[in-house]
Parts: sequence; C-alpha cells; structure tokens
Amino acid sequence: MAVIRDVMPAFDLLQPASAVDAQKLLETYGEDAWVMAGGMDSFDWLKDRIKKPQVLVDLSGVDELKGIRTSGDGVEIGAMTTLTEIAKDPTIRKNYGLLAEAVEHVASPQIRNQGTLGGNVSQDARCWYYRGGWPCYRAGGNECFADTPVGRNREHAIFGANRCVAVNPSDSAPALIALDAKFVIQTPKGERVVDAEDYFLGPEVDITRLHILKPGDLLTAIRIPSTWAGANFYFEKVRDRNVWDFPLMNVASAMKVSGGNIEDIRIAVNAVAPRPMRLTAVEAAVRGRPANATTGEMAGKLAVQGAIPLQFNAYKIPLMRNLVKRAIGGVQETTWTS
Amino acid sequence: MPAVELTKAESLKPIPFGTGYKLIGHDFSTNDLVAKVTGASRYAEDFRAEGMLFCRLVLSPMPHARVKRINADKALAMPGVKGILTPSEVPGHANYVNDNGTMIKADRFSELALADEPMYQGEPILAVAAVDELTCAEAIEKIEIEMEPLPFNTDPLDSLRPGSANAREEGNVWVPNPPPSRESQLAAVKWTDEDFAAEREGKLPMGHAPEEWSYGDLDAGFKNAALVLDETFSTEDVSHQCLEPRTTMAFWQNGKLYLYTGTQSTMQTVPAIARWMHMPEDKVVFISEYTGGGFGSKITGALTLVIPALLSKKLNAPVMMRVSREEEHFIGRARPGIRARTKVGFAKDGRITALDMFLVSDAGSYGSNGDGGACGQITSLLYQPPAMRWRNITVATNTLPRSAQSAPGGMQAIAIIEPILSKAARKLGVDQVALRRVNCPEGKAQYGPPGPGGKRAYVTSCYLKQALDEGAKQFNWSARVARPKQSGTKVRGVGVALSCYHGGTTGFDGLIVITPENRVRVYTGIGNLGTEAFVDVHRAAAEILNAPWSAVDIVWGDTSKNLPYSCHSGGSQTIHAMTRAGHAVALECAQRLKEVAAKSLGGQPVDYEVANLRVARKGGGAGMSFAEAAKAAIKLGGIYDGHDVNPAVNMYTKHSVAGHAGEGLVASATDNYPHDGDSFSFLACFAEVETDVETGKYHITDYMGYADVGTVIHPAALGGQVLGRSVLGMAHAIGQKWVIDPQYGITVAERFYTNKPPTILDVPVDMKWNALNIPDPETPVGARGCGEPPVGGGCAAITNALAEALGDNIFQRVPVNADTILTSYEAGRPMQNPFLAHI
Repeated sequence: MAVIRDVMPAFDLLQPASAVDAQKLLETYGEDAWVMAGGMDSFDWLKDRIKKPQVLVDLSGVDELKGIRTSGDGVEIGAMTTLTEIAKDPTIRKNYGLLAEAVEHVASPQIRNQGTLGGNVSQDARCWYYRGGWPCYRAGGNECFADTPVGRNREHAIFGANRCVAVNPSDSAPALIALDAKFVIQTPKGERVVDAEDYFLGPEVDITRLHILKPGDLLTAIRIPSTWAGANFYFEKVRDRNVWDFPLMNVASAMKVSGGNIEDIRIAVNAVAPRPMRLTAVEAAVRGRPANATTGEMAGKLAVQGAIPLQFNAYKIPLMRNLVKRAIGGVQETTWTS
Repeated sequence: MPAVELTKAESLKPIPFGTGYKLIGHDFSTNDLVAKVTGASRYAEDFRAEGMLFCRLVLSPMPHARVKRINADKALAMPGVKGILTPSEVPGHANYVNDNGTMIKADRFSELALADEPMYQGEPILAVAAVDELTCAEAIEKIEIEMEPLPFNTDPLDSLRPGSANAREEGNVWVPNPPPSRESQLAAVKWTDEDFAAEREGKLPMGHAPEEWSYGDLDAGFKNAALVLDETFSTEDVSHQCLEPRTTMAFWQNGKLYLYTGTQSTMQTVPAIARWMHMPEDKVVFISEYTGGGFGSKITGALTLVIPALLSKKLNAPVMMRVSREEEHFIGRARPGIRARTKVGFAKDGRITALDMFLVSDAGSYGSNGDGGACGQITSLLYQPPAMRWRNITVATNTLPRSAQSAPGGMQAIAIIEPILSKAARKLGVDQVALRRVNCPEGKAQYGPPGPGGKRAYVTSCYLKQALDEGAKQFNWSARVARPKQSGTKVRGVGVALSCYHGGTTGFDGLIVITPENRVRVYTGIGNLGTEAFVDVHRAAAEILNAPWSAVDIVWGDTSKNLPYSCHSGGSQTIHAMTRAGHAVALECAQRLKEVAAKSLGGQPVDYEVANLRVARKGGGAGMSFAEAAKAAIKLGGIYDGHDVNPAVNMYTKHSVAGHAGEGLVASATDNYPHDGDSFSFLACFAEVETDVETGKYHITDYMGYADVGTVIHPAALGGQVLGRSVLGMAHAIGQKWVIDPQYGITVAERFYTNKPPTILDVPVDMKWNALNIPDPETPVGARGCGEPPVGGGCAAITNALAEALGDNIFQRVPVNADTILTSYEAGRPMQNPFLAHI
C-alpha cells in the first residue's frame, strides 16, 4: 500500500484531569493507547502516520503532574513540568544547577516551553532509519540499516549496540542520573520508584523501548534527593547547531571535592549508547584522586575503553574521552581579552 | 534625476548612501511590510474557494523504478474521495515559443509533474483529491501500487566507475549539444581503473571529461610558478529549503485557470503555466502576492503546480495542494554538489600564474545544469588567472532534481578556490588580504575563454579592490591577525574571501498610470519573494518624476491587474534590470506629462518640468496637477491614455497597457539603454571563528561583508541581502547537508532537524555590512543586484578562518563539523573521505 506522511491519523482524544484517571485510561486501553506529555516526540510519530493509536491520552490537563515541590529530602518535579519552568526555578538553579543547565540545552526555547521533563526522559530514539519507518529491529523487523558498511551512522552508538545502534537522545537523563534522581511510576499494581539509571533500557532487554514503562504505566514525578545539592556540577552538550539540535554527545557530573580531592562523584554520558551510560568504573577510579586535569585525562581514557565505532562515528571516541576529562578536570579557559 | 558628479579620485572612494538623491539610497518601509508583520499577507495556502477540495501526493519509495500497476478502487470507493490524477493524465513535454519568438524544442529528458518512471525517491507518482487531507491520506493508504525496481546510482563518482549502474537507461553523463540546440544528450561514460588510481592518494580521479575550455599558456604559468598546489575539494548538495513550500491552489472560471502559488516572477510564470498545461496564455490568471523564498527554485513557480490545476479541471472544483515539509524536501530543488581537483600556480607574491580546474558535477535526476560551467567562469573572473583550463563532467544520479540556487556554480567555485588561496598565502608567507588583492579583478575585467570572435567577455565595472581595502579596515584585519591564536583549548582564526556573481540583465518594461486621483500607480510583474526588490526598484521612477513616495502605489501579484513584462527575480537581476526599466518608463511618463501640459496650457513640452505631483512651466507659471494631467490625457486618448501603446514594449506589456486604456495617463517603456559588458557584483567577506579543539565545536564570532554593487537603492534591504545570503553561504560551511543511504538510494534526513539549515544562534549576533555605493557606469541608476554574490564569500570566509585556526590538513569538503575537526586535528591529516557525500 502507498505511504503518505505529514497527515495525523484519526484517534480518540482522551483528556483526563487526574493522574489516577490517566493511569486507569492507560491501563484500560493498554497497547492501543498513546500517552502524550508535551507532544514534541508524539507529534512526529503521529504526523508521519507510523504510529496509529486508537486513543491518545493527553496529560496536559492533569495539573497534579505539574510543578516543582520541595520535600524533606530534596525536590519532586512533576513529570508534566515544562523544561522552561525547571530551567527558571530558583531552587533547581541554586541546588541542582546541573539539571537547570541540562534542560536549558534541550532543543529550542519554543520546544522547551512545550516539552516536559517526563517527555524528555521518555522520548524515543532518533535514529533516522527508525524514525523514517524503516522495518528495523527496533520497529519489529530483523535488520539494522544503520549498522552496515555504508549505513549513515554518524550520530549512532559506540557502546551497548545489540542489533540496534540507536542512541538515547535525552539531555536531561544524564543530569538526573548524576543527581541520583528517582523516577516515580504509577502502575496497575501501584506506585513504583526506580533509580534514574534503571529507568532506561538497552536493546538487550527490550529493543522496542528506551525505558521501562509498559502499557498501563504512567511516569508521574521525578525526585531529586538532597544528596548532591550544591555539589560541583559539570554539564556539556556538543551538537552541530547551537540550538534545536539533539546531542552528538553530552556529559553530566556531580562531584564532591574535599581538600582538592574527589570525595565522591556520579557521572553519566548520553548519545553514546542506547541508554544513558553511568560511568561507574570512572567514578570508582577517580574517587580519592585530585580533581585536576591529570585525573581527568586518566578518566577520559578509561571511559572510552571498549568503545566500538561504526563507519562514520569514530569521532565519538575522542569526544567522549575529552568530555569526561573536562567533567572531572575542568576546561582550560581562554585568557584572551579581545 | 540629480546626478552625482564625481572626480576620478572620488569615484574610487565610498560614497555616503543617498548622496544627491531624495529617495534612492534612503531607507523606507516597503509597501508590503505592514501586511507581513501583522500576518495580513496572503500566501498561496491562505486562499480559499467555495467547494474547495484538497489533494495530496503519493511519492515514489524507490530511487528508480517503473510503475507497473495502480489499483485505486478501494480508495475511490471511500466517502469523500473525489478522484485521482495519474501520470498518463499529465500533459507531456511541449515545444514552446519564447517571447523573442524563438522556438524552444521540448527536452524529452525533462521532468513531468507525475512520473511513471520515477528517477528519485520522493518523486510524485500519483495525486488524490478528497474533501479533506485526512481522507486523502486514508485513501492513499488503500492504493495498491506495483513498482519494478530499476538500477540506480546516487553518487556521481561511483557512477563513473567501471561496471557501475547508470542513473538512467540511456546513460549517466550529460554531454553538450552544439548550439543552438537546447536538447539534452546522455552518454554512458565509465572511467578506467587506472583513472581511479589517484583516489587512493586522496586525489580526485580525472578521467574523460566531455566539456573543456582554456586560454593562456598553462604550461608556462605552472613552469614559472614559485608554488604549485594540487588540491581536491568537494561541496555538498544543499536543498533550497524555502520556508513556504510550493503549495498551490487552482480553480477554473469561464474557461480560465486561476492559479495561486509562490513564484520569483509574476509575469514570466504565466507562459510557464500555459506551456506545462498545454493551454493558451491568455486563459491563465496567476495570483502570487507573497512568496516565502525562492532562491532560484521558483523562477517560474514549480512544475507540480499543474497537479491541482488538472485535478480542478477533472473534478470541476477548486483544489488546494498543500505541500508538506517532507514533500518540499523532495520536490523543492537543490544545489548540485561538485567534486573538484584544482591545480594552481602562484608567483612569490601570491599572484596566480596558472589554474587548471577539473570538476565532477552532480546533475541529479533530471537534466543537466550549468553549475559546472558557471564554476569555471566565476573562477576565471574572480581570481583573474592569466592562464586557465576548465574541464567538467556532469553526471546524472538518482537524487533530487537540481536547479539554480543562489549563485549557482559561483558559490561552489569560491568554496573550492578560496581554501587553495589561503593555503598558498600561508606557504608563501603572504598576508591573506594582500594575496587576494594581487589577484583581484578590476575595471572592465575579462573572464572566461575567448568567444567565437576571439574576444573574451568582460564586466561593466569592478571596484573589488576598494571593497577589499575598505572591508579590511572596517574589520580591523591587521589587528585581528596580530592577536594570539590559541588560548586554553580554543584556537581562533580570521578568514577573508572574495565573492561575486551576476548582477543584472537588461531589456524589460515599465508601466505607470498617473491617475485622476493624483496618484502615481506603478505596475510590476516582479515576484515578491521577500527581498523587497520588487518595491525598491520603483524608487528610481519616483525619483525621476520627483514625486513624493507617499503618492506612489505599487500594484503587483495578480496578472488580472495587467502587469508589464518584468524580469524574474533570479540571477540577482531585479535591482539592475528593473531600475533601468523604471528609469525608462519614468522618463517616458515625464515626457508625456509635459506634452499633455503643453497641449493643455500652451508652449512646448521642453518648457515644462515635473515635480511634487505637478507638471508646470520651468521657473514658475502655468501648470497642472498630475490629476488634471491624467484627466487631460484621457481626453486626448491615443498614446496618452493607453489606447495606443509604445511600440517598443514587449507583447505582454502591450496587452497590459490595453487593459489600462482610459484609466489616466498611461506610460510604458522598455529598457534599451546601452550596456557595455556583463553586470557582476562583488564582495569582500571577512570572518572570525573560535574552535574548541577538544570537542571540535566552533563558533563564528564575527562576520562582515563589504559590497561593490553600484548605487545603493535601499540600504536596509541591501544589508538584508548581504548578510542574509552570506548566511546561506555559511550554511554550506557549517552544516546544511543531505544524508542518503547509497545501498537503498533513500534519503534519511528530510526534516530540518536532520538536514540542519543554520539557526539564528549559529551566526554572529552583530554581523556587519557596508557598500562602496560607487555607481556602475553602464546603467542609468548605477545599481546592480546583490542576491547571489555574497553566498560564496559567506561560505569561504568561514572555511578560510577555520583553516587559519586549525591548519591546512583538516578538511577537504564542506560542511565542516565537529566530527571533521575532532578526528582530523588529532590525526594531523584529513580523516574524512573527500569524495563521500551525504553522510
């Protein structure tokens, strides 16, 4: 049958007003339902007619999923809170500036005004073959079109490939992992809270999803404990364009430094693998060492061990090495004045 | 019009804008501005008609195939589906007679609106009309299309390899036909393995090339050179990406086709529609008030406009064809990428002694293109090599159809040659500006090979050296060069590039009606594609009539309003061509006003002068308002009110004058001013970049374009052109691209976020521009166009600054991105295959 894009298919629009109702609707319709937060990922799929859900559960009317609340131990961010709100929030900026900086690097101001934190961490892969409707592994087929001798894979994975070489494109995900955030999920069986790094899935577990949400599940909030409040943070995103671009790579670290030495650290990199990579080996290797360029150099080299480049993405190895180095040892700033 | 009297020395210095003029050179708000900023402007998609249907396209999923069978029964049975249009219902190729009376024979290889043998993925093969777009889409998904895959090739160099597939069954290389034929000719050309041996050394192979010209003593030039460089460089295919896609609405009324779409020429689109539809021109009414960008891809609208027109006729209802962003990527045209190998000899001071250029041009899926040819011509003009050879092979591929894109061929020439000049300057120890200065064209600079009469073509005027000097001063070139280059992980570099392209044509018409309401009504057939030139040019007419701008009305965008024969806004010709036409018609109008006054008030026409909406005796005395003169003209009739027409004007203008007969004093004239040389505009472009060598990420931190475009008509609009088109050039340098999987021949980057046109944050916040404002001596207003000339400089100033920062061994192709820099900077040599495109 012929194919056409850019016309959204018909579906029933369901607009719950509470999280309980939203979760119930998702449970009722199961795989026939599409949950939509800000719509920045959803509209692509829908307009391209690659996804044709029976019902669309629009969360925009669920006020309890919006907003930033301080709790006894940190903050809780509703999954429907926009990225702009998070970037501007005084508490986030003061104590968890890593997240503020990460979300400020997402896409463009217009998209950040509409896009939500829940949507940003739950968005699907941006592999152009997959998004283009090619029948790849992730789409239920039995081939990866990006991982061929001539496949266009400049933006794909150097770690964690397992049939699929797509990467997780989220900018906020590595920051949330570095901050040891917890993701709150309402499931048909009740509330479930998982560590940020456990929210994401690799293709070895499920090749059709980047996260653990199953039909009937609803991500309601993300909690950031105070453990890392006010730590030394580093976030950097490298992208082709200065705005409205997914990362070629990003890095986020939270570091506690005492007497010039690294007391503790959490560091994650994204857009290098199908899921955001927490670099636990690097964390272990640098604990107790001076927070300086030498340690950064060592960390960078350690971080890229085991990387397997594809035809057009070997640059990601020096890039990851250098970003990890900078996340730990800092950037050698310029001194010129004019 | 007040003339600017200049001494010889003064003529070589910048002149303040507007000197000696009341209107020319002064900023103003164009007539369409309020509508644009308030949203009142109506583009094709904004029009509606009673009972309007929508149509959507079915695009080929394969890069080359034959449509064997279409079964639309299920689709046609759906409620709301009104009909389909198949390739067999589209009129075929047709001969036509141009407005000079020359028969142009149809090109059998050219494109039709729907294809039964699609030559590229995304080519329209079917259209469906229904009551709404959702019904169209659901119907399309019920249509069975059986297609037979055919051999394809998406890479021009690969197409020349022994045993490789050809893009078309007839061959893979476009070869020139001897003039006057305009028919295309295809041949099967394969190079040998020996030809391809150079590839292993990173050099472009140079097998047989069917096109060649040369002049001067090439061997002696290389023999006498202090430095000879042999460089390979590739430019990328870049889509036009007009913000307004080629959406079209059409309906029929009383046997006439009313058609709404974007165009670069209101008047010249009418014959194109008539030719594509196989119908008389006088049965076409074309409406195009606003167009959201063309850049050469909408010279006379777009071929696909026939689809809603044909469906409308077939279904007896208005039809709107909205073109989506993805569809626009496929049918919206693109600039051809060129793979080049250029050998250049330099004297010790950097003067070029010889230049040998070999090009492999990608023609895409339909027809040849002139980019390779223009690449040679612009190289010859802009760098003035005393000896030059140009060879070119234009290869058909199963990729998107190409068309002219701002500075076609010229942009590629500058992108290819400038890095060689920069490298030479570093090797010779010559300042980059100084090296360009010794190679700069000036005066009536010659270019290209000798013509049939043995003479070389030449330009009307060139003051590029002055622009280079003034630009270097304003950019603080010397101070920037002297600054530290590296600090921390950042390196910075400054770059300069020369730039030029065609700046005008001649021979078009002007049409003015002085109305009994005391208005100066100027009619124009120029397309309003966003540059403001369609209004700016009429400042020349108002200046001559000494009329306040507030009394001037501009009528445009609807051929039922009887518009004159005007240039299309392509080739940067509008400002030049239409200020000439405006000048001519204003003089004609002033003369007729004086004649009317003399007939009404006595005396001779020469006794009268025109000013402030009055025609009155010189030095005071009897006179009449324009309104009174208009009424008198109507009474006089004949040549004065349009019942007779100036016999020199084009046939379209004659029809339009007849349409205005009796409305007032109707004046028409054609531009037949003498013109010695070809009009080109020039720029010196400067840029600074800052690169982080640990990430490969770079920023353009500053940019300036200094223009030699003759008289400045509208400074704000010119600034928009200089910087806007520079940004188009920057796009080529910093990231805009195609991504095609060659195994399947399928594009995978048809969205903005994947093919990456630059954003406002990718260019410097405070870019600067300036212009010499020295009049061109070969045109009465002295103005030349500036749409295309900045593009090449905008690209090459960036790449030159990058090379200055990072060294010569980083890139051999554009765009240059973080991955290019990161891998090559560490390795100390270019790590990316220079021939491999579409990554």
